Amino acid sequence: MFIGTTIYALINTAILALMAIGFNLTFGISGIANFAYGALYVLAAYGVWMMLNLLHLPYLIAVVAAVILNLILGALIYRFVLIRVRGQGISEVIATFGIGLAVLEMFSYFGWVGFEYTLPVLIDRSYIIAGTYVDMQRIIILVFSIFLILGLWFFTHHTSIGLAFRGIAQDERTALTFGIDSDWIATLSISLGAGLAALAALFIIPLGSISPGEGYDVLIKALAVCIIGGLGSTGGVVMASFIVGFAERFTDTYIGSHWTMIVSLAAILIVLIVKPSGLFGKQKELEERI
Amino acid sequence: MKKRKERIDRGIKVRSTDIFALSSWREMIYLALPRLLPIVGCLMLPIVLGVYWQKVLLSVAVFALLAISWDILAQTGMVSLGQALFFGVGAYCAGVLNHYWGVSPFITIPVAAIAGGLICTLFLLPVLRLRGIYFSMVTLIIPIMLVRIIEATKIFGGTEGLSGMTPLPSKWVEIYLIMGVLLTVLFCFRRMLDSDYGLVLKGISDNDRSVINAGINIYWFKVQSLFIAGSIGAFSGAFMTHVYMFVGMPVFVLDYSILPIAAAVVGGPGTLAGATLGAFLLVPMSEALRGFGGLRIVLYGVFLVVFIVALPEGIFHYIQRKYHQFERWVEVEK
Amino acid sequence: MSDTQLLKVDNLSKSFGGVRALHHVSFDLKPGELLGVIGPNGSGKTTLVNLITRFVKPTSGTVWFKGKKISHLPPYKIVRLGVARTFQMVKPFYNLPAFKNMIISLYSPRMKQLAGGRYGDRDAVALDLLEEVGFERDAHVAYKLAGALPQGYLKRLELAKAIALEPDLFILDELFSGLSLAEVASIVPIIEKMRIAGKAIIMIEHRLKELFRIADRVIVMNYGEKIADGTSKDVMESEAVKSAYLGTEAD
Repeated sequence: MFIGTTIYALINTAILALMAIGFNLTFGISGIANFAYGALYVLAAYGVWMMLNLLHLPYLIAVVAAVILNLILGALIYRFVLIRVRGQGISEVIATFGIGLAVLEMFSYFGWVGFEYTLPVLIDRSYIIAGTYVDMQRIIILVFSIFLILGLWFFTHHTSIGLAFRGIAQDERTALTFGIDSDWIATLSISLGAGLAALAALFIIPLGSISPGEGYDVLIKALAVCIIGGLGSTGGVVMASFIVGFAERFTDTYIGSHWTMIVSLAAILIVLIVKPSGLFGKQKELEERI
Repeated sequence: MKKRKERIDRGIKVRSTDIFALSSWREMIYLALPRLLPIVGCLMLPIVLGVYWQKVLLSVAVFALLAISWDILAQTGMVSLGQALFFGVGAYCAGVLNHYWGVSPFITIPVAAIAGGLICTLFLLPVLRLRGIYFSMVTLIIPIMLVRIIEATKIFGGTEGLSGMTPLPSKWVEIYLIMGVLLTVLFCFRRMLDSDYGLVLKGISDNDRSVINAGINIYWFKVQSLFIAGSIGAFSGAFMTHVYMFVGMPVFVLDYSILPIAAAVVGGPGTLAGATLGAFLLVPMSEALRGFGGLRIVLYGVFLVVFIVALPEGIFHYIQRKYHQFERWVEVEK
Repeated sequence: MSDTQLLKVDNLSKSFGGVRALHHVSFDLKPGELLGVIGPNGSGKTTLVNLITRFVKPTSGTVWFKGKKISHLPPYKIVRLGVARTFQMVKPFYNLPAFKNMIISLYSPRMKQLAGGRYGDRDAVALDLLEEVGFERDAHVAYKLAGALPQGYLKRLELAKAIALEPDLFILDELFSGLSLAEVASIVPIIEKMRIAGKAIIMIEHRLKELFRIADRVIVMNYGEKIADGTSKDVMESEAVKSAYLGTEAD
């Protein structure tokens, strides 16, 4: 039971990291907390579902189209809404929250909830590892998350655009003097965040079904992971995913599934009390300021 | 030929704001009207309206209080995405007191307001040290988690909730209690925000370094603002518990978080009167749209985005400007 | 620490990530002294101010003020002890009249301590203080919106906010930057007046000419280290300072 729980905890960690990484990337680069993140996640999932079941497109095309659509949508959100309220923290929060709300509630108004609203698994197979039944989809998620995080790290440390991202993240004004267009970078950051939300949805949704509630859930989990890890830090996301992922699985197995939420909430409160800016928080020096 | 809109304060406004020698009834009415109108309106409406719209008025007042509470926080630089937390905690405080110990509503409501404010402040205390964005995140998370926790641990009646609360003596007590509180809160805290104390609170959201540099502990001021807002929210929750004679998980529902934000944003943040006005517009509209179910919330979402982008000052400021200034087009360039 | 010292900075260091912003800086300040701090851009001057007022936590080192260790106190408590600073970037409330901008300073707990819990009419006090720093009362400058005032007035407003706190030590961070000669000339007497009142002042400055004229002592910073400390004359003639400002041939 212990080994099985550990395996599932690892997978849970990967899922959490996958959910949070897009939100975290956007915040890390442009300092915008995209509260429409959950909506973008669900939107991509419904998008693929519609393309598969209503338009009968091949899977690969549907997936690529959904990711691209999300990228464009993210960019549009910045270009048409956020650019007008850029720098006003209150307005940014309300605007993205409003967008997310409108999208999610729209889907629940249509009543698109149920078991038929799900995406196909990539490979329908399962294995027994150390006496535990694990299906292929979960293994793919685990592997994909590892590659994604390594890829992102490489991207931000070794490509020019990634370095520009980091430049903006560290000091926007100085970056401007080096000819980095901060609006363009912010557009990209939201867009990439949205794209990552779509990717996360494609891998994670097949484990369950698509519903607007899933959107809120993803947002909450992404927020929890980011708060614990420290906003804007990829290392923090990985670390926090491990903590929450393992804590959730182990309380589920040994105490009871009711308690998983309490454990997450407790983790958030404890981290906030002990180390307010999160485990890997970089914001501390400038933002805590008391 | 280019033109520019010029805005000039009405003479009557210039004379009446600073100088206290009011010369005519006209000027006195000009000054008093914006204050008398809502007071008379709030006191008369319950008499004029039928039973159904009286109920709507109740929820208008409750949402107005929540919107005021949101606005006070926003003025201090804290954007709450979970007013339901304040509402729900207040509701459960009153519910538990009344259900388990049979305490009278006239005691549970004030006690729940204070205790609810304290509990919410304690919950959010760790976040206050951080930038505003953390506050938004945590307020969004906590109500949702509390729902799941109540569901899981089955405390306070679990999913069933607690029912059989003592109602208030009559519907007239109900409606005049909430109206009285709304007017008191509106005028008192509007005055507070205009005072030097309010200036310090606004200073914290605008330029916290400059406030710290005056030797002011901004953390402590944020705690005060949070307690005030929390208590207002908790009061409305406690009140509703006794109106519905029930408290349960629905008190944490998204409506109680979204509608107040929408009301404050549509009405115009920063004045409290705007938040109240917003509630008086949105809640009846939402009643009228009841048939459309979830579409109401979609509408709020759209409102939020449109107003934040296109009319960030909100309706109240717009009306205020029209009342105090006249406008004309002047040529600036041939 | 002796009685003649008002402020003592001991081995103060700060690094941001791997970057050394300030490295083992020590100096002290007598009551009534005007200390100038100069140095090229990025030499750690503003970091020094932020560390003394503890807007930024030091990595190591201590600061004493009036014989009391202050480097572990939160910034607002340091202000209450009598250290007031101005900011390089002035950021007033643009949509409020100038005198209303003073209210936050006048709301300070330090005011309550000094005035025994009462401070009368804050608006009137604000107007008086602003007149002292040259907001002409007859022209009603203090009633104008802060957003409509030129930079010189905004800097004076910033100064008035510090004066309102009645501190024993002023730390003025680049007060003269962005001002015309005439504006600087109008502020210098205010600083002279503060000195006559016996206040100690630390001035971070780029305008060397004006600074050298009024400073008792000057510290020169470069790459986060103190490279010279002495009277204006000594400092001006020091080789280390010349090379820091003008650059030196590698030898």
